[in-house]
Amino acid sequence: MSDFKANGFVDITDVVCPMTFVKAKIAIEELMEGQILEIKMNEGEPILNVPRSLKEEGHKVLDVVNNEDGTFTVFVEKGEI
Amino acid sequence: MANVDYKELKKGGFMKQVDKDRFALRVKIVGGQIKSDQLAKVNEIAQKYGAGYVHMTSRQSIEIPFIRLQDVDVVKEELSKAGLKPGACGPRVRTITACQGSTICPSGLINTTELANEFDERYYARELPHKFKLGITGCRNNCLKAEENDIGVKGGMMPCWVEHKCIYCGLCQAVCPAKVIQVKKQEKELTFNEKDCIYCGKCVKVCPTSAWEGKSGFIVYFGGLFGNRISIGRQLLPIIFSKEVLHKVIEATLAFFEENGKPGERFGNTLDRVGWGLLEDRLVELLEAV
Repeated sequence: MSDFKANGFVDITDVVCPMTFVKAKIAIEELMEGQILEIKMNEGEPILNVPRSLKEEGHKVLDVVNNEDGTFTVFVEKGEI
Repeated sequence: MANVDYKELKKGGFMKQVDKDRFALRVKIVGGQIKSDQLAKVNEIAQKYGAGYVHMTSRQSIEIPFIRLQDVDVVKEELSKAGLKPGACGPRVRTITACQGSTICPSGLINTTELANEFDERYYARELPHKFKLGITGCRNNCLKAEENDIGVKGGMMPCWVEHKCIYCGLCQAVCPAKVIQVKKQEKELTFNEKDCIYCGKCVKVCPTSAWEGKSGFIVYFGGLFGNRISIGRQLLPIIFSKEVLHKVIEATLAFFEENGKPGERFGNTLDRVGWGLLEDRLVELLEAV
């Protein structure tokens, strides 16, 4: 569980790199600055690279929840564009 | 053509081919990088003096096959016009290989290109008992296979946690392959078991608030072989943070090989024969002195 309430949700567990980041990027583009996107992703490569790439794009990871089933849910606040 | 000194030609980067009086010219390349105008010169030589193609070697070099014996000198001259030189073969330090490192690759932890150039200036073509390979890889992903080399260098990063910047999101814990970070979100607590850290730098790279700061360093592997015999290079020392110390370690290792290696014996085999402890003791002593 997370204390953060999301404004949008995207599940990227059904795609692999580089589509993981592309799918997350498209989802965050739908939001306004300061809004929060909830992203469900697989452990391994996605959890390592997707939050890092979002950080590089100027967004901010707020919380990470380990779902204990091989997936993580990451809450990301949209940054300035 | 009776007195062709093949050894001398090989030393100068011209390797005898199966075909009579034809040579494959190895071009000296550092860290897998060649300028585009130099590449144009390689193209020109391959067209004019070779067979219109080049061979990419397994260690980031380029070879131009089918150079005629009578063209060797003019080809050397052509190369030098573009600032290129023939590469080293035989019992000496070979092409310094490197991945793209931290200046290009998002995973890179050290500037491999800069280090490759330093290695090239200091160690390239140095005469030793046998061929000697130096390779540099920027991180644990190990694209450049550090442990295959007689001396391999791998970028590492020692993380340091900055408490006041941390938002306890738990991302570092999620990405840490060594499982040495525990984040208690509710309690706002973080524990880091530094002893078992593998210096991969992933926590530093992912942290959204830069609450992990990293100090780059070099993990060195010794005695790797990947030819007739396959043997993985061994890490004998803790991570080294100073480039000056790294160079001292390499100098001492090359001196050790020169002193202990038999002609035609690869470094890993020398270490097996004389004992790895001998090198390890010498290097540990060196590190204690600096």
